[in-house]
Amino acid sequence: SFVHMSREQLIVQRARKSFQTGKTKPLEFRVHQLKNLLRFITEKRRNIADAVKKDLGKSEHGTELFETLGLEGEINLAIENLMEWAAPRPVEKNLLTISDEVYIQPEPLGLVLIIGAWNYPWAVTLQPLVGAIAAGNAAIIKPSEVSSYSAKAMEELLPLYLDKDLYPVVTGGVLETQELLKQKFDHIFYTGSSAVGRLVMEAASHHLTPVTLELGGKSPCYIDKNCDITVACRRITWGKFVNCGQTCIAPDYILCEPSIQSTVVEEIRKCIKEFYTDNPKSFEDYGRIINQRHFKRIMALMDGSTVALGGDSDESQCYIEPTVLKDVTSESKVMREEIFGPLLPIITVSGVDEAIQFINEREKPLVVYVFSHEKKLIKRVIAETSSGALLANDCLVHFTVSALPFGGVGNSGMGCYHGRHTFDQLSHLRSCLIKQLKMEGVNSMRYPPHTAKKMSWARFFLLKQVNMGRLRRTVLLAMLAGLAAFAVQVTSVPNSPNKSYIRQLNWR
Amino acid sequence: MERQAVNRAKEAFLSGRTRPLEFRLQQLHALQRMITEKETEICTSLKQDINRSQYDTPLLELIGIENEISLAIEKLTQWAAPRQVDRNILTVSDEVYVQPEPLGVVLIIGAWNYPWAVTLQPLVGAIAAGNAAVVKPSELSEYSSLLLRDLYPVVTGGVSETQELLRLRFDHIFYTGSSTVGKVVMEAAARHLTPVTLELGGKSPCYIDKNCDIRIACRRITWGKFVNCGQTCIAPDYILCEPCIQGRVVECIRQTLLEFYGADPKCSPDYGRIINQRHFSRIMSLMEGYTPVIGGQTDASQRYIAPTVLKDVPPHSRLMQEEIFGPLLPIVAVSDMDDAIRFVNEREKPLALYIFCSDKKATKKMIEETTSGGVTVNDVMMHYTLSSLPFGGVGQSGMGCYHGKHTFDQLSHQRACLIRSLGMESVNLSRYPPQDRRRARRARMALKSPMIDLSKRTFVWAVIYLDTILSTPTTYNIILSQVS
Repeated sequence: SFVHMSREQLIVQRARKSFQTGKTKPLEFRVHQLKNLLRFITEKRRNIADAVKKDLGKSEHGTELFETLGLEGEINLAIENLMEWAAPRPVEKNLLTISDEVYIQPEPLGLVLIIGAWNYPWAVTLQPLVGAIAAGNAAIIKPSEVSSYSAKAMEELLPLYLDKDLYPVVTGGVLETQELLKQKFDHIFYTGSSAVGRLVMEAASHHLTPVTLELGGKSPCYIDKNCDITVACRRITWGKFVNCGQTCIAPDYILCEPSIQSTVVEEIRKCIKEFYTDNPKSFEDYGRIINQRHFKRIMALMDGSTVALGGDSDESQCYIEPTVLKDVTSESKVMREEIFGPLLPIITVSGVDEAIQFINEREKPLVVYVFSHEKKLIKRVIAETSSGALLANDCLVHFTVSALPFGGVGNSGMGCYHGRHTFDQLSHLRSCLIKQLKMEGVNSMRYPPHTAKKMSWARFFLLKQVNMGRLRRTVLLAMLAGLAAFAVQVTSVPNSPNKSYIRQLNWR
Repeated sequence: MERQAVNRAKEAFLSGRTRPLEFRLQQLHALQRMITEKETEICTSLKQDINRSQYDTPLLELIGIENEISLAIEKLTQWAAPRQVDRNILTVSDEVYVQPEPLGVVLIIGAWNYPWAVTLQPLVGAIAAGNAAVVKPSELSEYSSLLLRDLYPVVTGGVSETQELLRLRFDHIFYTGSSTVGKVVMEAAARHLTPVTLELGGKSPCYIDKNCDIRIACRRITWGKFVNCGQTCIAPDYILCEPCIQGRVVECIRQTLLEFYGADPKCSPDYGRIINQRHFSRIMSLMEGYTPVIGGQTDASQRYIAPTVLKDVPPHSRLMQEEIFGPLLPIVAVSDMDDAIRFVNEREKPLALYIFCSDKKATKKMIEETTSGGVTVNDVMMHYTLSSLPFGGVGQSGMGCYHGKHTFDQLSHQRACLIRSLGMESVNLSRYPPQDRRRARRARMALKSPMIDLSKRTFVWAVIYLDTILSTPTTYNIILSQVS
């Protein structure tokens, strides 16, 4: 009888079968695939830029700067370091394992599902893929259908460069994603909203699949009144309006004292003009909202707030002018959800104390931004708040430091990636202890029949972690001698049950 | 009642009490004192729960906990300190580090087989990481959980109390137990986006190569299997070996059992009992239809099952379908190591894999071609005792890991911190719109060198120095365009 399998089931099955052949184990294979991925990005640069232009109105240079450049860096890093990352990692031994081989062996997990997002459709879908490939997994890539041109380009072009069975691209909407989530994976990597993150984790729980969830939240941005407000506002303006505010780590809202609010507004106005000209609508480097639904959503958030700058929009183009809202309160509509658009609310607080309190009353965000000259103040914000990351005196750039783990905490996500962190996240770090079938006498401590005497030996040797590094050679030798003496003593105790057995052993 | 305990823990955490290292050290010292001062009571409670010998409890549980506490006390300052990371060319003059932070309130759900170890070891890490913790010991180890309740704030109760707890919001849930309940825990956690550590189980295979020292192999396996009456998550669940050595394996186990527990294990003070009637019946039913070659005697009134070995067990028998968690040791015949590898890979990923083999090459091959939470070669369970090794499962046997620093890291948030200065704004020029080719090329050069080496470092310092001296963007442009 013919069992009907869905398209998603078939793809997953094929990927798993291909993984089980062991093809992805050799490092050469993984490096080869990574090099092909790099070629893809360089050779199809135009196609990628076109797709992103159609999806988000982003300029070609914008795409290069924010999507493909980082990706190339990650691929090169993985190729360069793969041998080191995949090698056994020796760990500190203790007295009883001193002559054993003890290490952690990174291993592939198996089949990884990568669900991408629409705001940086190439970066957030393919960066996890780099780590998945490097770690020796197979991966199902599910780009977001919302960035439809990019999804289509990925579906058409990626199979020309990567192994079709091991790294298939599956496009589709909600139904197809739900069907995928019913299958069994060895890890699910999801980038998107907290609401859907819950559903992904719930689906994963049915198969006990571990997850990495890169979610969102409202990333606060505190401006200390004594800092260089001009520079601060430049960096904030850049960070906020890049990709038209549709960045998970964009500064969502500003917290500052009332005395500097108008200066902040003025500085931002100057920057917007410098970056996007007097008419952002006609300017190449200013983007668009991804679709009508989000356009309406963002426009509705402005209700009830005072527009200090901007506010203009054009529904036919999904265009929203860079907008600043002032005298916003925590009850305003714009403070109820992550904005993910070019609206920048300013909320006044009496100082850093109130700012910290404000931040802590809310869900843990992906980033906390602080602008201040005072190291002490910055350290205080670090110590008294929590967030995925903390960036002082700039926006977004921590994303580019691949040595920093990139991820959220609480509602903003779990797990992290970038650089080696992706490799580790998508590997199983297996503990390995290789002993020998010798020195059996030492084990008598643990075998029944138990006696008080054996117990006191066990306590002596097992209690208190012995730091191998610091221990002087003489002391170490003395302890080993003691261990050997114990082993001998066990056999020399008259009428010991162990002794009679060992005597029997010697006769064989 | 559960809600109250959680709210109390939350308040305690929000007050900031758990943040200073002194407080955490104080709590750890108190925990250490508890273990040492109450050792006799703890041993008694375990004797009542599971008939564990007074020597096995310190050996298997308390010494391990004491070591974990000592390690945490010794290393806490180091673990909690900022951790430096590599920079790239754009961040060379910044402060870049990872700051470990408490998560908040951690729920620890313990198990009944090593009620102190699997409840208190995660607690050590939770305290060290600066969290508040709500501890829910297993109700099945009744005496132990009642004793713990007298010594430390815990939430006791059964299934409904646990379900009630799982409805509430935590910042991390640490669960030790079965895969079935593990799924329920993770599903509950998903509702609040709470990360989880699941220490589950499975059938840990034990392969004996025909050319190794079978006598010693069997001594070690026998110890690991029958300690705690087989109720250990990393016990060797079943043996795989070639038919030609099956007889010798059985004989060696028989002799070892005699040495360890005497002619009648029922009378040995060192041989345990099954935790309760339900598990007793469960294990008994696994034996149905098979005649053991060793043991098989039982006494329901004591929940006693003799150390039992069964040979030529078919792969599809009930005995081979679920984790035994009892003193039954099946031997399944395989034709060679490759066959054993195939057998292991056809099943769910286990918590541990044991390989007894003197051939280094063959051993490495078996490790490479299989997967499991951990591996011990030529012994059983010992990878558990080394705190530098992360202890945890993979696939159905669990997610996350702990022991030593790993517990601290698991129950912390590793927060990426990047502290820049508001000066040197000219360095940022290349990223601001309007984008044009020159700027994109410059940015490309800067972002493409994630690992900075000495020559680049020197160059960048030269640039920055020049830039500060001359403080005109134009000069900077010239220098970098020379490079590109």
